[in-house]
Amino acid sequence: MASGYFLTILTFTAMYISLALSLNILTGYAGQVSLGHAAFLGIGAYTSAVLTLRYEVPFWLAFLAAIVLTGLIGTILGLPSLRVRHDFLVLATMGINFVVVSVFKYVDFFGGAMGLVNIPAPSLFGITFRGGVPYLLLTTAYALFTLWICWYLSKTWSGLAFQTIRNDEEAAASLGVNPARYKIYAFGISAALAGGVGSLYAHFLGSVFPDNFVFVESIGMLSMVIFGGIGTLRGPIVGAILLRLIPELLRFIQDYRFTFYGALLVLMMLFQPMGLLGNDSWLWQHLTRWFRSSARSAKEDVR
Amino acid sequence: MSQLEIRSVSHWFGGLQALKDVTFDTHDEILGLIGPNGAGKTTLFNVISGFIVPTSGEVRFNGKAIHRLRADQTVRLGLARTFQIVKPFASLTVEENVLVGLGMPYYPTSAALYQRYRTRSNLDQVEQILAKVHLTDYRSAQAAKLPIGLLRRLEIARALATHPKLLLLDEPAAGLVAQEAEELAALVRDLYAQGLHIILIEHNMRFAMNLCHRIVVLAQGEIIAQGNPTEIQNNEKVINAYLGQE
Repeated sequence: MASGYFLTILTFTAMYISLALSLNILTGYAGQVSLGHAAFLGIGAYTSAVLTLRYEVPFWLAFLAAIVLTGLIGTILGLPSLRVRHDFLVLATMGINFVVVSVFKYVDFFGGAMGLVNIPAPSLFGITFRGGVPYLLLTTAYALFTLWICWYLSKTWSGLAFQTIRNDEEAAASLGVNPARYKIYAFGISAALAGGVGSLYAHFLGSVFPDNFVFVESIGMLSMVIFGGIGTLRGPIVGAILLRLIPELLRFIQDYRFTFYGALLVLMMLFQPMGLLGNDSWLWQHLTRWFRSSARSAKEDVR
Repeated sequence: MSQLEIRSVSHWFGGLQALKDVTFDTHDEILGLIGPNGAGKTTLFNVISGFIVPTSGEVRFNGKAIHRLRADQTVRLGLARTFQIVKPFASLTVEENVLVGLGMPYYPTSAALYQRYRTRSNLDQVEQILAKVHLTDYRSAQAAKLPIGLLRRLEIARALATHPKLLLLDEPAAGLVAQEAEELAALVRDLYAQGLHIILIEHNMRFAMNLCHRIVVLAQGEIIAQGNPTEIQNNEKVINAYLGQE
């Protein structure tokens, strides 16, 4: 049914909004560019799948465990960021993605290349969230939760500290920010939120395979953040919506999704490095100018 | 007791010795640190402020050994600094840059994760600090868009927000026109009058001589002279090493 198909697309879009927002904490706020975010999605998905399938842990506990465990693993995997910066960090995060996928693929406990199947659908108070509108509500609620965390974080001292290490680590240290501590925080929080999406992802599909979390998926997530407007709240949301929906609406580019992402990234880097709705972007400046002038004329009309 | 005690500090960068057995104390004063390019002035600032652990020697601040502390720890003891090449948080506004300094007590605590920074009392403090350095009019400007003279003031404002006892200024007058340098000298005097001790590195000799109570001269990593500005101006070693070049 068309509406079922549409609901599935929206459910995935909600999950990718959460992923893009979570990556934005690390890359947008704290300036640590990562090409390994799919690894955290995978860790969350496998944690939840293993706990519910093998140990019959209820979904909600497995969901929380996926958040906590992915956050802890993200904290550990963030340690290389203390030694390497910039392009070397990007390479290190790529390496992390490859290692994590290899563990899923070659360790029997995780089902190997055949993955894990028959992952149960979540249920709460007798309601089973088996796709459709209920699952869309669940993933939307999580996207709103992620948005709230990002918004709140940006108002705290930690949010300010993230911005200082993105701008200049030495200046940050001279004012009392320990860059190492805040990089680790950013990795931990970003990974934990992605882990939560992983759990929702696994229980939505009912199966997980190592290939769901490969490096190109990480490129897709980073593209969403950069395309929409890195470091802002609106950017990753708009980026995730457009980059999930455009390939669905224009079916002929579906097979070339990653070619499309790649070309878009190159164009954005060349012409709008701040992204479509970044603070200094052409579109955002025009939009804010337009809002301001219409607010002014509305005021004059009232007079 | 001396506020800052530097004892036999030496530092090597690979095969290059940047500091050779540097020893001096600071007291209630504006102290100038001068010397030709490559004399080791900024390296010494980096040692004092915790960006470099010296190869040997000791630095004490109010009696406490600080030479093994990181920069984010020394600032907590009341030792703030600015940079020779300004390092503003370019994407933040002037106000936010100063707020970063006010956050110093929070960053190592878990309160940093939930406590908001934009409170009335913090904004009031920012206003006072900006008034002190005459940046009030630029409060909402993005730091990236400010000229060098204002950025130097912003770095001082940011450092003041950490409530320091000793302020290290690395070439505060570099890139400033004469009038801006004069205004900056007045600001430094003001800060001293308010109880802050100051060490400044300076290339602008007139600026340093007019402003500092005492001057330490470094050349090739060694102290070659120290004394009041008149003594320094008449010191032959200094004239040969540095002033003679002008």
